[in-house]
Amino acid sequence: MAEKTAPIATEPQRGGRSREITRARERHLRPPVDIYETSEGLVLVADLPGVTKETLRVDVDGDLLTISGKAGHIAPGDAIYREYELANFYRQFELGDEVDRDKITAELKQGVLTLKLPKAERVKPKQIEVKVG
Amino acid sequence: MANWDPWREIDELRREIDRAFEDFGLQMEPRFRAAFLPGRMARGYPLVNLQEDREHLYVEAMVPGVDPNALKLTVVHNSLTISGEKKGPPSEVKAESFHREERAAGKFVRSITLPVEIDDQNVKAEFKNGLLLVTLPKAEKAKPKQINVQVS
Repeated sequence: MAEKTAPIATEPQRGGRSREITRARERHLRPPVDIYETSEGLVLVADLPGVTKETLRVDVDGDLLTISGKAGHIAPGDAIYREYELANFYRQFELGDEVDRDKITAELKQGVLTLKLPKAERVKPKQIEVKVG
Repeated sequence: MANWDPWREIDELRREIDRAFEDFGLQMEPRFRAAFLPGRMARGYPLVNLQEDREHLYVEAMVPGVDPNALKLTVVHNSLTISGEKKGPPSEVKAESFHREERAAGKFVRSITLPVEIDDQNVKAEFKNGLLLVTLPKAEKAKPKQINVQVS
């Protein structure tokens, strides 16, 4: 699963959503992800602390998978010491043909998003029986 | 001439080294640093923000994917210790199946020295969408008091 290697569209972007590469770095946070393969397909796990189900968006537009979410601090009062800022999370990935777009499922739990990207039937590994003639 | 204390010298050196590495971390990822790498940088995990109002101190920590039931918080005097474990991907996933592995996992422990004495009987903690909020009431004697200025 490649990232940020999506060619720039020659036609105008649908929905007016900008691509990650054209965004200023400090305007959004890039969530760290794990991507691994199982026999069923790909699993993408992203850390999105502070993001709720209501503010999370997962979009698939053609080959482009976009994860975006708004996160805010929960502590009241005045800041006296800070180690991190929570801004909007944003990250894009390019999907291969083997992912079945209609069967993608998403689950958000304890600030972690798990996306299951199943392989299309036709690309699942099949064992070919060898006939002895 | 001031007393020469070798222990103090060593302490100074240690602090300098710490500072050097801190800067290094900052350069790599200005905002996140090692926020999500408990296993690789155990001492700096989780990242915390400290807030205050008149009555309370608030510690907000970024702990996505950490089981709230496995989080352990202890308060001694004015130091707060957070420990727990961030679970990694299921163990049956083979190393060669990974396309990307950026979320390190592991056990962590971090102690934070709070700037004021706190009332350790009434500390509350809440876990919300991967963020931990610890509410620590300030000890009676640490609360700010207004002093009236007498005009004579």
